[in-house]
Amino acid sequence: MNIDSKTQRTLNKFIPQLESMSKFGIAFLVILILIFFAGVYALYVQLTEGHIVTGMRDQVVWGLFIVNFIFFIGISYAGALISGILHLLRVPWRSPIIRMAEIITVVSTIIGPTYILLCVGRLDRVHHLLLFGRIQSPITWDVIAITTYLSGSIIFLYLATIRDFALLRDNPVKVARWRNWFYKVLSMGYSETPKQKEILARATDLLSIVIIPLAILVHSVLAWIFGMTLRPGWHSTIFAPYFVVAAVYSGTGVLILAMWVFRKVYKLESYITKIHFNYLGYILVMLGALYGYFTFSEYLTSWYGSIKWDMEVLHRLFDPSDYWWWFFFAAFIGVLLPIIIVTVPRFRNINSIAFASLIAVFALWVKRYLIIIPTLEAPLLPNHDLRPEFIHYSPTWVEWTLTVSGVGMFFLMFFLISKFIPIIPVMKISEEKDYNSLRKKVKERNLRRLMKQVRKSDTVNG
Amino acid sequence: MVHPFCNDLIATFKIENMQIHKQALEMGKVEDSQVNKEAGNSRRNFIRYSVAAGAGSLLGASLLTGKINAEESDGEKVKVLTTDGRLVEVEKGHLCCEPVSHEVARHGIGNKKMVMVIDLSKCRNARECVKGCQKMHYLPEDIEWIKLFLMRDNEDTGPYWFPKPCLHCNNPPCVKVCPVGATFKRSDGIVLIDNDRCIGCKFCMAACPYSSRVFNWKEPKIEPHELDKNYSPENSTPGKVGTVGKCDFCPDMVRQGKLPSCVTSCPNGVFYYGDENLDTVTNGSETLRFKKLLNDRTAYRFMEELGTEPSVYYLPPTNRLFDYKVGFNDISEEEIALYKKEARIED
Repeated sequence: MNIDSKTQRTLNKFIPQLESMSKFGIAFLVILILIFFAGVYALYVQLTEGHIVTGMRDQVVWGLFIVNFIFFIGISYAGALISGILHLLRVPWRSPIIRMAEIITVVSTIIGPTYILLCVGRLDRVHHLLLFGRIQSPITWDVIAITTYLSGSIIFLYLATIRDFALLRDNPVKVARWRNWFYKVLSMGYSETPKQKEILARATDLLSIVIIPLAILVHSVLAWIFGMTLRPGWHSTIFAPYFVVAAVYSGTGVLILAMWVFRKVYKLESYITKIHFNYLGYILVMLGALYGYFTFSEYLTSWYGSIKWDMEVLHRLFDPSDYWWWFFFAAFIGVLLPIIIVTVPRFRNINSIAFASLIAVFALWVKRYLIIIPTLEAPLLPNHDLRPEFIHYSPTWVEWTLTVSGVGMFFLMFFLISKFIPIIPVMKISEEKDYNSLRKKVKERNLRRLMKQVRKSDTVNG
Repeated sequence: MVHPFCNDLIATFKIENMQIHKQALEMGKVEDSQVNKEAGNSRRNFIRYSVAAGAGSLLGASLLTGKINAEESDGEKVKVLTTDGRLVEVEKGHLCCEPVSHEVARHGIGNKKMVMVIDLSKCRNARECVKGCQKMHYLPEDIEWIKLFLMRDNEDTGPYWFPKPCLHCNNPPCVKVCPVGATFKRSDGIVLIDNDRCIGCKFCMAACPYSSRVFNWKEPKIEPHELDKNYSPENSTPGKVGTVGKCDFCPDMVRQGKLPSCVTSCPNGVFYYGDENLDTVTNGSETLRFKKLLNDRTAYRFMEELGTEPSVYYLPPTNRLFDYKVGFNDISEEEIALYKKEARIED
């Protein structure tokens, strides 16, 4: 493959990021690995002593693990929906951020389902899902949906990276031998012939169309796990779209945070600009408003209907000694604050948009907690248990450690991937620049033609 | 090998056994053996054969389900005397002490349809049903398959004690959601759990609106010598760590022609258990016509509006034998306070 000078110049900027690691980077890596092993230890304790070491009991059968599961599947929407839709709509500013979005998708779709496994009482029997799988169960739907989604998003990321693999393979700058070998295998002989280019473009288009309904389905199925049960606070018809909207909201938030972090760490200021933050900020506002609307609609109807069991859940959410302040944060602050920060021009800058995203992401995690736990704490029958842990759920150190470990894994995998492929699609970026300069030329030519016409008409009139 | 259960069986199954044996012969599964003549020659033999006779009924019961695995047939054979005086050979695995296999346990017993009627007017929170159930199923003290609630529908109505086993719904929300078919509904109406298949996802627990299911959060501590039976989904014993347990409606007892221990241990005869198809239920001391009882006492099913169609019927707590306060006699202050709080009873 011929590498033109512009591409080479862009690539040269990214090679050091792949190859070298700063002291800070190494320290970060060590901490992440330590966090990972803390999680391994917590898992070992849980496996040897049984689920008794968690805060889950007969009433609250699902705890932090399921909350994290929904959360990670939620943020995976960054790549699937945002990048898929931006690609389909041919949004011109998308190029520097889509790779990040797609990596978020793949990494979080790997970590999310791990939490399901942590929640399963008999990890040694997980293969029963295949041996005895029943299609009637929403869990089976979930298994099918998530595996399809994960495969889809890996392929989507891969297709979007093939050109860069080829570029790195043919790059004259020397890189480690194992790297070269991997790039050679992964580029699958791609050499940018017009035919290859066309096939690749078509495949990427096709997949970005497929990935959108797939992503929507994954979170709908996830919502149905709760919606299909006869539980107050869960048994709701709007649960699927509600989950989808909440997921895209948190996904966009995580994407903005990733942009902010990588822009700082890898010094990508010239690629990821204020425009990207602003535009994604607008998307965030729109989604935040939608999420707020769904939340309002969900709780208004169940409050107005005032069925006894629904009220049990609502009382918990609105009781200041129970969940009120968390609910206030998740349903009010988490919606209004990002909207205010992004819509008021005075508050809007790169850092504040990143902060708004952080609030949104954290609020959405809390919201998932408030969807799962209060409902399980409000069974249809009275709870006469004398043991406080059977009435009120409080997560144990095992659950917190595994939660932190999962977040650490997210950073770790993201970090390792960013050391292997450039965090910004190099080929595409270089192309964009060409496109931009071309547009400039066209503009200038049109302007000159216009001038000529004006001059001509002047002479005729004069 | 000889089990105390077996002694009772001879009496309980006298009539049923003959029918079963006849049916078994018709199905061609059991060959009438020539050992008839040998029978009764010595006292010892007689005892052995008659002890084994009860087992014949069990064999018959499993034959009725039409499910005997070909693989099982090369097991050790045991000679069994039927009540009509003939001797047959059966597999050891079908004797009373050995519970039915996982496969057999999936299909239900004969053309039975097990039901329970709970008379709320007689309950006084004696908690004997809970203890009896725990003893029978080797449950630790903190796991209850029958739970006792103090119910009160609103501030103006009277409180009443409410024992609640698994309701064995005919439209069970738990069975629907199980991803591996570890919990299943049988032809005799019983909802069981196969603890060797359960993956412990707890979806059934979230789906059950009646809080009937409990989880084995830790390894149940049972000494092996305490157990007199192997695990089967029908006896649910011993519980397995990381899987779900619940009231199993005691199909193992049904096979032995006995009543579940909640029924027999209740001092007030609150629980009636029986077969809907035979239209009879019994609490051990009186046997009643099932449909007539439901009609006469205007029985109801708990939270019928959920559409789960339970197999457990409740007789309304009218003309109660005991004041609800009698139920506070044997329990701690702390517990009383909790009951009162949940039932919104003020002192």
